[in-house]
Amino acid sequence: MKKKIVVGKNIEFSYGNNKVLDDVSFHIDEGDFVGIIGPNGSAKSTLLKLMLGLLKPDQGTIELFGERLDKFTDFQKIGYISQNVRDFNQMFPATVEEIIGINISPRKGMFKGLKTEKKVKVEKALKIVGMDKFSKDKIGNLSGGQKQRVFIARALVNNPKVLFMDEPLVGVDQDSQRSFYKLMDVLNKEHGISLVMISHDIGVISKKVNKIFCLSNGKVYCHDSGKCDCSNMLKDIYTDNMSILLHHHDSGQGDG
Amino acid sequence: MMSYEFMQKSFIMGILIALIVPTIGYFLVLRRQSIIGDTLSHVALSGAAFGMITHIYPVYTATIFSIIAALGIEGLRRKYENYAELSLSIVLSVGVGLASIFISLGNTQGILSYLFGSLALITSKDIIMVVILGILTFMTIMIFYKDLFYITFDEESAYLAGIPVRFVNLIFSILVALTVAISMRIVGVLLISSLMVLPVATSLLITKSFKSGLIYSNIFGIVSVMVGLVLSFYLDLSPGGTIVLTSLSILLLVLLIENIKNNQKINKKDQ
Repeated sequence: MKKKIVVGKNIEFSYGNNKVLDDVSFHIDEGDFVGIIGPNGSAKSTLLKLMLGLLKPDQGTIELFGERLDKFTDFQKIGYISQNVRDFNQMFPATVEEIIGINISPRKGMFKGLKTEKKVKVEKALKIVGMDKFSKDKIGNLSGGQKQRVFIARALVNNPKVLFMDEPLVGVDQDSQRSFYKLMDVLNKEHGISLVMISHDIGVISKKVNKIFCLSNGKVYCHDSGKCDCSNMLKDIYTDNMSILLHHHDSGQGDG
Repeated sequence: MMSYEFMQKSFIMGILIALIVPTIGYFLVLRRQSIIGDTLSHVALSGAAFGMITHIYPVYTATIFSIIAALGIEGLRRKYENYAELSLSIVLSVGVGLASIFISLGNTQGILSYLFGSLALITSKDIIMVVILGILTFMTIMIFYKDLFYITFDEESAYLAGIPVRFVNLIFSILVALTVAISMRIVGVLLISSLMVLPVATSLLITKSFKSGLIYSNIFGIVSVMVGLVLSFYLDLSPGGTIVLTSLSILLLVLLIENIKNNQKINKKDQ
């Protein structure tokens, strides 16, 4: 039986009087590649932040690697690419090496550079994402796709077991998107890293992932197989005016 | 010039301030919070005025007022998460309101020296206070340097890396308050935020890395303070003004050099 990476039970969350998640349960297994989709304002980022403990649920419990979130301290197991890094200041004065290195030893050492073994870790992470030649470059001088790879390398530098990504493909060109999914495939299949990402591109993501969480009206509809004929569900979520591209998968089990 | 005792004191204080103010300013600018310096300096002014009317050493009262204000800003920022700048406006209004009341209560003749800075009025007590608080501030920045770097870059990821973000933010707010309070004697409350921002703005034009950006900010800060103090002495002008205008001159000079360099690059490409 696969290990559970994230388990959410009966989650409720509100912004003021607006309940955005209503009695939601879900789980993510080891090796999963999960796509989170839904219309704007459907609480995709909220769900991701709840999984990470950046927000606290009003009701319900979330466990990461079998531990309740408030007790969880093994942050090395988690890699996270937030929306903030995408919108970050282009003039931010930092090299690629500095940005990645800060994730290895955020609390150790004073005003000094990286030690050799840490430099090796940075180089390794950059090599995985194909950016090893850019370690001394200023982050703001890189293209959107290159920056995105650096942020992935930053998340990978501690050898995480799961990678959470909040809309990593916004503002990235088609070529970079293709190479992004190739990289995700390598991370998922070769490195055994579970992946959780928010995306607006249902057509593409449904072909790449093995499990989809569709969010609508405070509910999460999880499915991961061809057993789930989700045409009606997606029409409910995105309304009849949307052109729905159906997706089916060869294996796996529906979750709800 | 250096045979005058007050100039020796000014230079000691100046060097410390030139190391601390742009360092704090560097993190503030990158966190897009550079207006905090302005807000706290107005509150510090009310603190100094309060000290004058109550016959307490004004730097003490300014320090306490600034720290309370910094904590207030942090608290209000959580209340108005989507309107963070609102917390600054509220605290600034309180600072100006209190300052005007305290000044109108009288016995605040020396307040002008706190507005624009003064060399002649620096006492040994000022020096001791600046040295202690300056070393404390600088050491704390060194200890929390990496945490501050991470939080400045991406607060959420910093939290997930195990950094106690709230605690570090709180410490940083207190450091900003201390910096304002110890710099007001020489730079003046109205010009502290300029010394926080201008050397950093210059540094951002030329730096490639986070660490070198911080070092450049300090170098530009030291040059501004040193040249500013000399000009203040020989031209008999307020030190705050000469320091800030020197800092601005350096910024304009670097902008000019960078523009020339860029034009040369474009010309080379065209050829």
